[in-house]
Amino acid sequence: MALLEVDDLSVVFTRKGEQPVVAVDGVSFDVDPGQTVGLVGESGCGKSVTALAIMGLLPRRGVRVSGSVRFDGTELLGLPAAAMRDRRGRDLGMVFQDPLSSLNPVVPIGLQITEVLERHRRTPRKKAMVQAGDLLTRVGIPDPRRRLDEYPHQLSGGMRQRALIAMALACRPKLLLADEPTTALDVTIQAQILALLAELVRAGDTDLGDTDLGDTALVMITHDLGVVAGLCDEVNVLYGGRVVERGPRHPLFAAPHHPYTVGLLASVPRLDGPRGQRLSPIRGSVSDNIPWTSGCAFAPRCPNVLGACTSVTPEMEFGPDERLLRCHNPVPAPQEVRA
Amino acid sequence: MLRYTVRRFGQLILVVAALSVLLFAWLRSLPGGPVSALLGERATPESRAQLQAVLGLDRPVHVQYFQFLGRAASGDFGVSTGVQPGDDALSIFLQRFPATLELSLLAIVLAVAAGIPLGYVAARRRGGWLDNAGVVSSLVGVAVPVFFLAFLLKYVFAVELGMLPTSGRQNAGIDATRVTGFFVLDGLLTREWDASWDALKHLMLPALALSSIPFAVVFRITRAAVLDVLDEDYVRTAYSKGLTDTVIRGRHVLRNAMLPVVTIIGLQTGALLSGAVLTEKVFAFQGVGEALAIGFERRDYPVLQVVIIAAAMVYVLVNLIVDLSYAVIDPRVRT
Amino acid sequence: MLTSSRRQRIDDLAAGGGAPDAGVSLAVSAWRRLRRSPLFLVGAAIIGVFVVMALLAPWLAQHDPALRLLDDQVSRARNEIPPAQPGHPLGGDQQGRDLYSRMLLGSQQTLLVAVLATVIGLGGGLVLGTLAGAIGGWVDSVVMRLVDVMLSIPSLLLAVSVGALFARQTQFTVILAVAIVQIPIFARLLRGSMLAQRASDHVLAARALGVRRRAIVFRHMLPNSLGPVVVQSTLVLAIAIIDAAALSFLGLGAADDSVPEWGQMLGRAQDVIDSHPQLAFWPAGAIITVALGFTLVGESLRDALDPKNRR
Repeated sequence: MALLEVDDLSVVFTRKGEQPVVAVDGVSFDVDPGQTVGLVGESGCGKSVTALAIMGLLPRRGVRVSGSVRFDGTELLGLPAAAMRDRRGRDLGMVFQDPLSSLNPVVPIGLQITEVLERHRRTPRKKAMVQAGDLLTRVGIPDPRRRLDEYPHQLSGGMRQRALIAMALACRPKLLLADEPTTALDVTIQAQILALLAELVRAGDTDLGDTDLGDTALVMITHDLGVVAGLCDEVNVLYGGRVVERGPRHPLFAAPHHPYTVGLLASVPRLDGPRGQRLSPIRGSVSDNIPWTSGCAFAPRCPNVLGACTSVTPEMEFGPDERLLRCHNPVPAPQEVRA
Repeated sequence: MLRYTVRRFGQLILVVAALSVLLFAWLRSLPGGPVSALLGERATPESRAQLQAVLGLDRPVHVQYFQFLGRAASGDFGVSTGVQPGDDALSIFLQRFPATLELSLLAIVLAVAAGIPLGYVAARRRGGWLDNAGVVSSLVGVAVPVFFLAFLLKYVFAVELGMLPTSGRQNAGIDATRVTGFFVLDGLLTREWDASWDALKHLMLPALALSSIPFAVVFRITRAAVLDVLDEDYVRTAYSKGLTDTVIRGRHVLRNAMLPVVTIIGLQTGALLSGAVLTEKVFAFQGVGEALAIGFERRDYPVLQVVIIAAAMVYVLVNLIVDLSYAVIDPRVRT
Repeated sequence: MLTSSRRQRIDDLAAGGGAPDAGVSLAVSAWRRLRRSPLFLVGAAIIGVFVVMALLAPWLAQHDPALRLLDDQVSRARNEIPPAQPGHPLGGDQQGRDLYSRMLLGSQQTLLVAVLATVIGLGGGLVLGTLAGAIGGWVDSVVMRLVDVMLSIPSLLLAVSVGALFARQTQFTVILAVAIVQIPIFARLLRGSMLAQRASDHVLAARALGVRRRAIVFRHMLPNSLGPVVVQSTLVLAIAIIDAAALSFLGLGAADDSVPEWGQMLGRAQDVIDSHPQLAFWPAGAIITVALGFTLVGESLRDALDPKNRR
């Protein structure tokens, strides 16, 4: 059975006197225990809101959430606040985009880690502090004893993100949601953090003692295809608040079938491409969307657009190569995007 | 941290020096002046010149300034002519200062005790009835002249209802031992409980009137700061960790929201001193403020001089303490 | 220098107001939000009534406010003042003058105190702040040190000290005393705004394009610094009225009371407040209402101009 089953999840922001905004429009995907799943798309495609909805972190007022989020057999949507609170930090952890603003500036790093252990495991402060030190070592922060007493502003950007990861993993959650964990970091640091995440979730066979995180599933939310390519078992491509293509990493990258996925891959600059080859950006922007109810949201920007695309809503179906697709006119396989 | 403290003390000295120049210039340009005050308006030019020489007023201005400084440094600010005629101006101030301090402290405690929790709750329930009531009452609180509020409180609670005394610091019938000059504290130290209780009853109404503006300000700043902090990413992180409301409120929201509130409390010192002049006069509360009010009425310049320079020093010192305590709360300032 | 936290606060305020890219769109969106704000509407209505009252007072008042029409009903010995009676709906004051007419005409002087004190305070602050902010360097240091020293004296004490400098207190000395307290606050506010502007991208761009300094100051920096200044001015209109009343209460109000002013009336009522509270309640009520009106407008302006509230 899947660890996390998201089914037809929708999030609508409603404000008094204004048009409701549909941020997530019927997203469905599963995550198996220990699996790493990517949610990919441009900004505004609803990937971050999906993560917040799973965590139950969306504001209560002015937001309508519908559909189903089943975690470990329990429906999370509509769970009493106290029950959800018990699960957050213990069964579900989350790492955010900007590590500096996501850490409390006036509380030492150590306490920000131990408070999770104190809350969910009732570990006494002293013992928790020792564990926090081990966690910092585990996420690759040198001299952890000293760092425990330091404040976020005294740490480098990479170390802050490592500390944030340590907090999210303190209780060894079954699922870790990482929302653009590398976007705010320098390129060299990005690679280190990705390597760390990959190591942490795949470390099942190595002996890590108390900090063994082997069977943690990871949902990686990013706009960066490079991040997905290096890390994820399965990839969900989101557009306009819906999943438009899903598949295992290698086949999906080798032969993308949805025109949007094709466009995404083609707009990534590559050093190993032929000289003089032009980047092919996707035309237009997310603001050109049409609503899913009246056709395919991507139709106005799609190079493969057909008449049906603006009148019939495409369903999630198996396309070429047994790939799950939401498209009336998929790009046929095999398609050499690059020479 | 040490260098910061030293630098701030250097600045304190600079402000006091600049103030002494201003004060000297102020005293010299006041209408009347000591010669007219002593001799009357109809004195002959000869006797005026004679007295000017005696008082040293015929010497160059800078010499006079340093004489003034020298006397001030040795604690000699002259003799009161109106507040308590014949008494030493500095000792009048020292004798009355505890009363004002007691009053101001109680006022600020009331303002903080009401303003911070109310501001927090108002921010959490933004747009609710409590929020609206708080915002409106804080706006009204600023619009009501402090001395009128003092009159109103006195009229209702002391004159009409007779619940609390109308004026003074202590009932004449109570024979209290004086230790520190803080009447409430004195009673506690000497175990004269009735004296403490009586002094506290005398403090209630003036402190309530005095706390109106600090309350309005603390409430509004707390509300605004909590609203800001609630939007911060680290509060979302705290929720993502499943922490209890108590921990999120105290450690993550309030600890950060307190930074601007602490600053504003320091800045209220000035408003408190201004307000004390007015409330103390209404309640004939024998503090520094009343001395100032009477001093201006009767043009008692020696007393005014001591009190103004002391008030500025207190203000500057309190803000120095606030800035230093800021460094304790906010680790980012420390390094 | 010393009061760095207070300075910081005024500077924050200054930096918050004139968002560089704001321009017209900020003003437009601010106005859109203002129109919907009940606090603003109530405040504006109060100010409207107050101004109309001041303009029409000479026609509305039936009696000369200086004439002791009811002098025969005043008895100092028995502590009696004229009660309400036909032709005199509010009765008379301590000297037998018609209270109703004095209240009406008092609005004129009160409006004058508020406006003049604000204009003088703003003018002084504008000159000092613009000098310091636009020129910088030693001018900035000297001006700001002076401002800091003035800020370290509690405002009422400063006002009272200025008031005491005059041998004879008039309405004008009261206005001056109240205004001088506001100069350092306006100066710091403007300078903070200007500094934030000077470092902003659009001023850098103008400078890179070779626009002359004077043009940059007057066409780019000053207009964008106006938001916080407008807010502060509105609040000062309220503060001036309250401070003038406090000065009067401390015996430093205008000596001549033949031309009535609410603060002065309230200050003078203190001696008879226990026996004749109406002499205090009428001017106090008027002052509180008008001060509330200006405060409501000022605070809702501040909210409306805050870029954080824009979505």
